[in-house]
Amino acid sequence: MTRPSPAVDPREALPGLLPNLRAFAIGLSRNVATADDLVQETILKAWSNMDKFDPATNLEAWLFTILRNTYYSALRKTRREVQDSDGTFAATLYEKPAHDGRLAYGDFQRAFDQLSAEHREVLLLVGALGYSCEEAATTMGVATGTVKSRASRARKRLAELMHLKDGEDVLSGADGATAAVISRSVIVAA
Amino acid sequence: MSVPKMSASKSGQSMVTESIRSQIDENLKRAYHEVLTEEVPDRFKELLAQLRAKEAGQ
Repeated sequence: MTRPSPAVDPREALPGLLPNLRAFAIGLSRNVATADDLVQETILKAWSNMDKFDPATNLEAWLFTILRNTYYSALRKTRREVQDSDGTFAATLYEKPAHDGRLAYGDFQRAFDQLSAEHREVLLLVGALGYSCEEAATTMGVATGTVKSRASRARKRLAELMHLKDGEDVLSGADGATAAVISRSVIVAA
Repeated sequence: MSVPKMSASKSGQSMVTESIRSQIDENLKRAYHEVLTEEVPDRFKELLAQLRAKEAGQ
């Protein structure tokens, strides 16, 4: 029973990684329909290429690589990135507005939606998932230094989109539309 | 491994402050977690089951 059998078939790990794949796809594409198509395509590609997966490496990162490559090649074909957003990532995420001086969540989500796909990608991997710059670099197929500078620019861009400056309260800049959305978030969260 | 603390600089040109950075990352984690804990549509589990069945049948 304890014979050194080859590692468990990574295919068996796929069901458990579906939520991760889907969350990454939604964060990257900001559109649930697009994201679900991406997840489907990723599953199919991963299944038929599983022999190319190195079990010594991170399966999630390998799947993310397939997914983001699929996404970017579709983007290049359609050039529909900007129109594609249905605000889903934001809509999914409406929760309590900030009441303790931290970033207003609604503002954050809208700003995130406005980032370029590359900026969203690096922030998802490094910021949300806590990937090291090296892991993110492998996943994205770029140099580690590129990840560092891109993550830095992405955070800066996000702060600009939220009109965040040092010591400034993000809610002070809320206009009518923002306030309306924030109040909608309260209703949704309630 | 330590991240240099950004002073709340007047320049503000190159990077966001450590405070904003950590707030951004906190929001990113929260946002990701929200989606992560959503129910995954059945179609994906069904797809995997189909792939497995197809392979078993070969």
